[in-house]
Amino acid sequence: MSVPIHPLAVSAYTATSALGQGLESHLAALSSGRGGLRENDFSSAPLACWIGRVDGVEEAELPAAHAAWECRNNRLAWLGLRQNRFLEHALDARQRYGAARVALVLGTSTASIGASEEAYRHLDEHGQMPAELRRPLIHAPHSLAGFVAEALGLEGPCLTVSTACSSSAKVFANAERLIRLGLADAAIVGGVDTLCDSVLFGFNALELVSPEPCRPFDQARHGISIGEAAGFALLERVDAAPDAPRLLGYGESSDAHHMSTPHPEGLGAELALRDALVRAGLSAEQVDYINLHGTASLKNDEVEAALVARAFPASTRASSTKGFTGHTLGAAGILEAAFALLAIREGLVPGNLGCTHPDAACGPQLALQSEQRTVNVALSNSFGFGGNNACLAFGRAPA
Amino acid sequence: MSGLQVYVEGIGLWSPQLADFAALKAWLAGEPVTAPPARPPAAVLPPNERRRAPESVLLAVEAAGQAVAMSGQEARELPCVFSSAFGDQHISDYMCATLASAPVELSPTRFHNSVHNAPAGYWTIATGCHATSSAITAGHASFGAGLLEAATLAATEQRPVLLVCSDIAGHGPLGEMTGTRQAFGIALVLAPTATARSIACLELDLVPHAIDALRPAPATGAWYEGNPIAASAWPLMQNLATGEGDCTLAAAETLALRVAVETPA
Repeated sequence: MSVPIHPLAVSAYTATSALGQGLESHLAALSSGRGGLRENDFSSAPLACWIGRVDGVEEAELPAAHAAWECRNNRLAWLGLRQNRFLEHALDARQRYGAARVALVLGTSTASIGASEEAYRHLDEHGQMPAELRRPLIHAPHSLAGFVAEALGLEGPCLTVSTACSSSAKVFANAERLIRLGLADAAIVGGVDTLCDSVLFGFNALELVSPEPCRPFDQARHGISIGEAAGFALLERVDAAPDAPRLLGYGESSDAHHMSTPHPEGLGAELALRDALVRAGLSAEQVDYINLHGTASLKNDEVEAALVARAFPASTRASSTKGFTGHTLGAAGILEAAFALLAIREGLVPGNLGCTHPDAACGPQLALQSEQRTVNVALSNSFGFGGNNACLAFGRAPA
Repeated sequence: MSGLQVYVEGIGLWSPQLADFAALKAWLAGEPVTAPPARPPAAVLPPNERRRAPESVLLAVEAAGQAVAMSGQEARELPCVFSSAFGDQHISDYMCATLASAPVELSPTRFHNSVHNAPAGYWTIATGCHATSSAITAGHASFGAGLLEAATLAATEQRPVLLVCSDIAGHGPLGEMTGTRQAFGIALVLAPTATARSIACLELDLVPHAIDALRPAPATGAWYEGNPIAASAWPLMQNLATGEGDCTLAAAETLALRVAVETPA
């Protein structure tokens, strides 16, 4: 049913996570096998678990002109935008195409709910939020894209996608559609999720949080470690940046199974994968690397491992990087898109940190240690609550 | 600017005042209208899900079910876009209050129902839909941005798409921030080409730098002003009821979406 798309250039991209600020710190961590998880020092009440916290968020004050948007999630956005000269690339695109011709599509699941939580911890005697937090802009799920649109001075289509853990993968699809129809000439996509009590205690209530650093695909895995991240990418038509890596395709699907458990046979995940390959005009044999969703939850990893084992040859390498960063939820799509793009740029297949004894469902594709090899085509899987699945396909620019 | 054309095949609508699109038309014509029951029926959901589902899900599913029934399309075949300015404000209020007092007592069910895509999840599960489903928000422009996104999806995929835009009333201290005083949901089935099922044709055009055109009209106290979706969809709802007319919606902070409604011959 889907048809191949015209690839788009990913002319700039960046990521900030527990591994550090910008791509170089991520590359260094992946190459050396150094993870970024730490014992939980974040939640407002004690909770024994490990988290992927970004250092320096608290200090990344917003410029005074944007103070109305102040909250931790937007501080992480602002910190992330300034890595790898992404801010300059974005402003240059606005200059070249015009403010109304650059779309902004960002994914988030937490948005700035952390600020609402904080306000509820400090309600006044009338049960109202304290004065400094009585800012409607930050008590809405659009606060991230609202802030970034204002900070970048963008006036084109502007959308927040919030489909739980597939949010910032799906943004690539929204952007491709807008550009294909001529409603925009370029798009800034990405996502930001920040640690907050809602996700830490929420996943804890679902008994999905691991007491130790998460171990994706390991037989002894005990659940996820929650992380936070910011990432952004600039998408343009390929003639604007012929040497840049490319978005080759994307796939989207729904499990139609359960709100918080994946389809037992990975039906939705496979539909998203097949959709991505068709749109990219690729066969499974052409895929060199897959960045897996691999959350280290019992069910996800079992289902996803079986899918990779049955759909790909042994020459395809696959790994989850959540042992390095934790599960960054609504930001996982863009963070792991950056890992897929780094794999292509650096010829680096990241190792699957935390796994020593792979689940019986795993095929020979799983890369336990990092590997140096040419990666021309890389996929990234992202699956969310509500059975919401996305798969992205990236490739090297033709020589 | 580049334009888009989509054809409306079904319209669903629910508010505490109006049970469906027919009630809206009657109300606009000055005829008496009976208010619906307090809880949206959401008959598409299996009974046990209907009992458990949060208010935001019932509202969205009710509007969606009406639109799909009118269109005669198979719900399972339709890619869907669910848009909401604030998501489930009742659950957000509960979560923030619980996290402030007894965080380890947070309900796991309320947590998984708190995701912005809960209506999309319940809908796709109830209808067996494996097509793409999305949950989006664009603040006060959530209706216009949702319409643009759904039209874009219909045009690029060349298949009918379900759009559902809804917000429930605000609760607690968060409700004070959102200013949402009542529930409202609207759903449209949008097709890329004219068919025998077409009710109306929508010509969509983006108008950039339109801050003046998007300035809200002075408040009159009308019910639809108390909901971000109803307030922005109101001009288009009137035109859909009469089958013609032009209006301007917010698609983003300064980006307008001009919508011309025509009734196919």
